[in-house]
Amino acid sequence: MSIQAKAMQVAAKVVPADVQIKGLRVLHNTKRKLGLTKTPPVFVESLVPDVSTLALEDIDVSNPFLVRQGQSEAYFKRLRQECPVHYAKDTPFGPFWSITRHEDIKFVDKHHELFSAEPLILMGDIQGVQPELFIAMDPPKHDEQRMAVQGVVAPKNLLELEGLIRERVAEVLDNLPLDTPFDWVSKVSIELTTRMLATLFDYPYERRADLVRWSDIIAASPEATGGPSNDDNFFQAAADMVKAFSTLWWEKKARLDAGAEPSFDLISLLLSNKDTKDMVKNPMEFFGNLGLLIIGGNDTTRNSMSGGVYALHKFPEQFAKLKANHSLIPNMVSEIIRWQTPLAYMRRIAKTDVELNGQTIRKGDKVIMWYSSGNRDEDVFEDAHKLIIDRKNARNHIAFGFGVHRCMGNRLAEMQLRILWEEILQRFDNIEVVEEPEIVQSNWVRGYSRMMVKLTPLS
Amino acid sequence: MGKVTFIEHNGTAHEVELEYGQPLMQIAVDNMVPGIDADCGGECACGTCHVIVADEWIGKTGQAGDDEKQMLDMTPEKAPSSRLACQIVASEELDGLVVRLPEFQM
Repeated sequence: MSIQAKAMQVAAKVVPADVQIKGLRVLHNTKRKLGLTKTPPVFVESLVPDVSTLALEDIDVSNPFLVRQGQSEAYFKRLRQECPVHYAKDTPFGPFWSITRHEDIKFVDKHHELFSAEPLILMGDIQGVQPELFIAMDPPKHDEQRMAVQGVVAPKNLLELEGLIRERVAEVLDNLPLDTPFDWVSKVSIELTTRMLATLFDYPYERRADLVRWSDIIAASPEATGGPSNDDNFFQAAADMVKAFSTLWWEKKARLDAGAEPSFDLISLLLSNKDTKDMVKNPMEFFGNLGLLIIGGNDTTRNSMSGGVYALHKFPEQFAKLKANHSLIPNMVSEIIRWQTPLAYMRRIAKTDVELNGQTIRKGDKVIMWYSSGNRDEDVFEDAHKLIIDRKNARNHIAFGFGVHRCMGNRLAEMQLRILWEEILQRFDNIEVVEEPEIVQSNWVRGYSRMMVKLTPLS
Repeated sequence: MGKVTFIEHNGTAHEVELEYGQPLMQIAVDNMVPGIDADCGGECACGTCHVIVADEWIGKTGQAGDDEKQMLDMTPEKAPSSRLACQIVASEELDGLVVRLPEFQM
């Protein structure tokens, strides 16, 4: 635990967690004014150079505009072919290694004894706060905290959620305009993932938009992912989130203490487990883990919901294939997740010197596992840039990661996408993307902020 | 060549040839036994080829190794004789092996 986290844990006994986060912001601003910390980077979009004009050592895949400008495929293809374990010396996020081939990524992901997930899994660290979250913890603490919450998305529980999800999908799809173009991202993808999140957290349904707002701001930290947030809205979102969840936490605890049966939601699960029942008393762990669960359920499925529509628009023969054979949906879901890869990477720090694919990664070096590149590796996926809904090895995609940090919500994500497509095919003959979608600014989230579509109902 | 029986959670049994030298996971996939996903392709890194070895066979297959245990710990259906099928290599000694599949792969 960091000194900051320890100090906050002590302070938490008398000062509410959200007030402490506000305090951190004041401290952080003061330090910045005194020149004690670096000014956070501000990313201004300019034309990303054609990768073929660059020397290998000048290639910087941390650029948060790479996907938006359609350059990501070419950049990573060159790295996979010419320098699959690549060192970038000088980037806004410091020096780092890029691991770009499927096989090597699996190696790094699996060997947590060689590569640590601590202290954070994003490209850069966030100055002023040191959130503690189990995706960025090594065993054994990781295992304890993950086990406390994974039941909520375990397959058995999902069976019970299926009916509810289908009802909501139907309700959202039945209320879409048929005569005029609309934004699929806000009307469908965000709406559905937000409803799901509110259910998993048992968060007040009418305030569910909060969850997405916080998630978006936190994931878009410029220091961490090159996104467009700034210190002010980051700290505000963090404090608001911690306040809302502390309130919910104490309410649930009071009910449990009064002898009520625990309900099946994430907070109640944390409260009922001996390893996590006092999490609220460690504000950085509380903030980190709740942030993780919100972002994990938000950016990922949302962008695969949009990405599937976009991919089937780009590859219309696949849409025809799907309409002719609805039993392809489960495999298509894996293929959409491969094709979209909504989170581009996870970061590790080498715990020791490691030889990998001809390079020596030194102890302490930052290592980025580019899932988005592994999922385009031609040695594993033929015509990897194409969406092929009956691709034989679609399930071998790497978007969920491998090893102990493998995505905990993978089955929920697959189920949400499967139901969405089952219900779409009951209603619509085509979803036409009428203009190129807007892509978010990030080196981590591969997502859509707006995608205008027009529906053709089944005749 | 011997035999191995995979029993699905609903009781359906699949008796298939035990090809010596192959991982049990591969044998299941090659014979299209439902319920084995094998997402990581046999690297003990995803936990989606979970099988529960019949008690009388666990002496011959051996217990899960450390890496394997770490993955198996994450599934709620873990049993004392749980293994990942990618980590069991078929041999003559395993002729007649019986394994059960969990209700869900994680």
